[in-house]
Amino acid sequence: MSKPVLRVQDLAVTFTSTTGGLLQRRERQIRAVDGISFELNAGETLGIVGESGCGKSTLARAILGLISPNRGRVQWMGEDLTGLDEEALRQKRKQLQIVFQDPVASLDPRMTAGDIIAEPLWTFYPHMERLQVEERTRGMMKMVGLLPNQINRYPHEFSGGQCQRIGIARALALNPRLLICDEPVSALDVSIQAQIINLLRTLQRKLGLALIFIAHDLSVVRHISNRVLVMYMGQAMEVSAKADLYRRPLHPYSNALMKSVPIPDPELARRVRAESWLTGDMPSPFQRPRGCIFHNRCPYRINRCEADVPALRRMESGDWVACHRAEELDLSI
Amino acid sequence: MALLEVSGLEVRFDTPEGVVKAVNGMDFEVGEGETLAIVGESGAGKSQLVMAIMGLLAENGSASGVALFDGEDLMQMKPRELRGIRGRRIAMIFQDPMTSLNPYLTIEKQMIEVAMHHQGLARDEARAHAVEMLRAVRIPDPEERIRQYPHEYSGGMRQRVMIAIGLLCEPELLIADEPSTALDVTVQAQITELVGRLREQTRMSIILITHDLAAVAEVSDRIIVMYAGQMVETGTVDDIFYRPQHPYTRGLLASVPRLDRVSDDELQAIPGNPPNLLELPSGCPFRDRCSEATEGCRQPPPLWQGEGGRASRCVLPMDGGQIVAAEAVGEDGA
Amino acid sequence: MSERTTPSVEDPFAQALAAADVPGRSLWTDASHRLLKNRAAVVSGIIMAVMVLLVVFGPMLLPWEPDFTDWDHTSSPPSLETGHWFGTDAVGRDLLVRTLEGGRISLLVGLVATLVSLAIGVTYGAVAGYYGGLTDRVMMRVVDIIYALPFMFFVILLMVVFGRHILLIFVAIGAVNWLDMARIVRGQTLSLKNMEFVEAARACGVDHNAIIRRHIIPNLLGVVMVYVTLTIPQVILVESFLSFLGLGVQEPMSSWGALVNDGAQDMESAPWTLVFPAVFLTVTLYCFNYIGDGMRDALDPKDRL
Repeated sequence: MSKPVLRVQDLAVTFTSTTGGLLQRRERQIRAVDGISFELNAGETLGIVGESGCGKSTLARAILGLISPNRGRVQWMGEDLTGLDEEALRQKRKQLQIVFQDPVASLDPRMTAGDIIAEPLWTFYPHMERLQVEERTRGMMKMVGLLPNQINRYPHEFSGGQCQRIGIARALALNPRLLICDEPVSALDVSIQAQIINLLRTLQRKLGLALIFIAHDLSVVRHISNRVLVMYMGQAMEVSAKADLYRRPLHPYSNALMKSVPIPDPELARRVRAESWLTGDMPSPFQRPRGCIFHNRCPYRINRCEADVPALRRMESGDWVACHRAEELDLSI
Repeated sequence: MALLEVSGLEVRFDTPEGVVKAVNGMDFEVGEGETLAIVGESGAGKSQLVMAIMGLLAENGSASGVALFDGEDLMQMKPRELRGIRGRRIAMIFQDPMTSLNPYLTIEKQMIEVAMHHQGLARDEARAHAVEMLRAVRIPDPEERIRQYPHEYSGGMRQRVMIAIGLLCEPELLIADEPSTALDVTVQAQITELVGRLREQTRMSIILITHDLAAVAEVSDRIIVMYAGQMVETGTVDDIFYRPQHPYTRGLLASVPRLDRVSDDELQAIPGNPPNLLELPSGCPFRDRCSEATEGCRQPPPLWQGEGGRASRCVLPMDGGQIVAAEAVGEDGA
Repeated sequence: MSERTTPSVEDPFAQALAAADVPGRSLWTDASHRLLKNRAAVVSGIIMAVMVLLVVFGPMLLPWEPDFTDWDHTSSPPSLETGHWFGTDAVGRDLLVRTLEGGRISLLVGLVATLVSLAIGVTYGAVAGYYGGLTDRVMMRVVDIIYALPFMFFVILLMVVFGRHILLIFVAIGAVNWLDMARIVRGQTLSLKNMEFVEAARACGVDHNAIIRRHIIPNLLGVVMVYVTLTIPQVILVESFLSFLGLGVQEPMSSWGALVNDGAQDMESAPWTLVFPAVFLTVTLYCFNYIGDGMRDALDPKDRL
């Protein structure tokens, strides 16, 4: 493929949480995103998967400049976005867009579907004629599978799946080059999830978008990604080509995520999942484990995992993994 | 005898836009120690169904029908009698555990209160019992964690606490309304495993409500698939997963993204959206989204019944089934 | 418009594409439907409409001037024969005309002072809430400081410096009332700005002013409208209170508060001078409260499915 359009280097976002009253104010740092690097080519889809609280949404917002990162760089078409001022960044929004998790909450309840989709056009093309805006809006609605004659309806008159289509139409109204989908289907019914995933797949091919698709579920990402980045507590555990990951995950955490996906086959489900695989919760962000951050939940841990932090390293296959035992473990499915 | 026997249940909501027909004649039963899954998209009426049984409908809702619990009709009970049954003999778990837990009280206070009130235990006994329940749902160091507030628990932990509170009184029936939908897959797996264990270790009956068929494959005995307030297909788990009859059930199964098959094809989606319950079409409500719809679907579909409680509501014949009745829903329904 | 091509007859999607635009049902439409079903609010609304018409046009239709003194009938009780339907006061002025005249002032004060507080309060609160941080802290401290000024002291000070004038009453009440409005609006804005649709607008490159104008303020309006309907009676009451204390409107102008004050002094000899203005005042207050309650219920329906 061609030169990467997006290059994220060592990106980190830290939040400060203040607790206590006036007298004993304590400030604690939460490393929401902790040194993430990846590249994305035009027309490629990167899946980002991890449990809630792993920093995947923060990462998305940091890439778009909605949150300013504490460290690292986001290069878009060779230009560093992290150094841009607000206005310059705003101009970049034409090319970088996002679809949100909650299809209903991400639409202004007092605006019609048409106005919601037209808002980016008003913003960047204030002199565009009204009829032209309307025509484009109707075109967008048709493209995402909505009936254009619903242009005057309000979000509460649509179902969740339709609302998400409106959100996608809004994101695509400006012809962006990169679309980030932040858990676009996790609030939807399974039957509707498939519609949205298929729609995004079709649109991506048609428009040649670079796509980042975020989910907490590896099965959802599978149908749309070329590569998958598995994230845990703000760090990348594994970045693998799809074919490799779903055949043989390199990191025990990827494996655990895979095993958690429910199987719609009663017998197989009973056989495969004799016991719950991934025990416990993610540790508190204030008490990050030493060594490998995943070691306290990892069934394959050895002494070394508690002491040394495994670096993200490149394997022969070209995939990346942060695990000391990646070579010796065989986690084939 | 079945523990819960529901027949002819209907739920209506009066809204400024008209009458919403949320549930349109449901008949089912839950046997002792049985786990029943009710599956359907949002708006299928699956939550309103159990809310009606529990007497928890919103103010503008009304329900009719019979719901015999251990021989007594829940629908005829006074609110006070119902309150006595809720929590003590029937426990409920909701999708969002945070809304059911009081954020200002420790888990300990909330659990002890329930145990003392419903079971008449002394404070010490109640506390010991609560700790034991937390341990049963695998909360690590329950003695310590019981003193914490809900916000100090993660989402999955809170849901487990809710289950523990539900189990305090050793209810005969546990109703779980999308217990893991808002949670991560990893936590969903944990909750599923917990439900599976409860099912094996207790004689409790369980009703699981979900939109995700895959989530209940492992842990249910029987499944009811609901669409537009009606049962469209029911049968044992194996019936539903290996021999689905109704096109909607087949669509639901096909739309699940799965890892156990090597396939990168497009997902099979069910096209369209759930119907508007204000103006249900006469005939089969699924026909607009159905790939096998014919002219015949403009008529109310017949109900096929087979052995072992197997049933399907479709013009397509059911293997080994017989037509029982064709019912009209939609236009008048009542 | 380009979609309005001739559809193939068979394809339902194409047919639907060509169909006429479906009208939307906005949250406002929904809310007004619900409001119209609230009997207390509707009745109150009708009463208030009648009241406004009476107050505006009534004095023109009556034969009496508000400051005309009828020496033949001083302190006369209500009677149809004399033509003084509400009776007269101690100096023989017609009470009906004075009550309606006073209503003009009372309602005007209520309306204008509320509009003043609305304009200042909404802008101020929305800006403070939206920008947050230091801006918010400074702006809200200013509000706190003004809050801390004793209201009566402030009014008396104004009177002493500028003399008694009706404009001063507007200024005084408006200057205090916008503080509440600003606080309410700020609180709402704080929660609104964290909503996903505001973030979505930011992600679309919409600038701050447009976000406040297009997303924040329209979503605030519901709360603000409820608050406004509850502020109007409050302001009327404050004006009455000031007038009752003798700090309000000056003779020969009058307001309900001033009339009630006059009437209270003659309560034993001429009770009607107290009763009529008092009834008008209380009916107005009740009506506004019912309308406000109705609006709150209509805008925040719990029973929506």
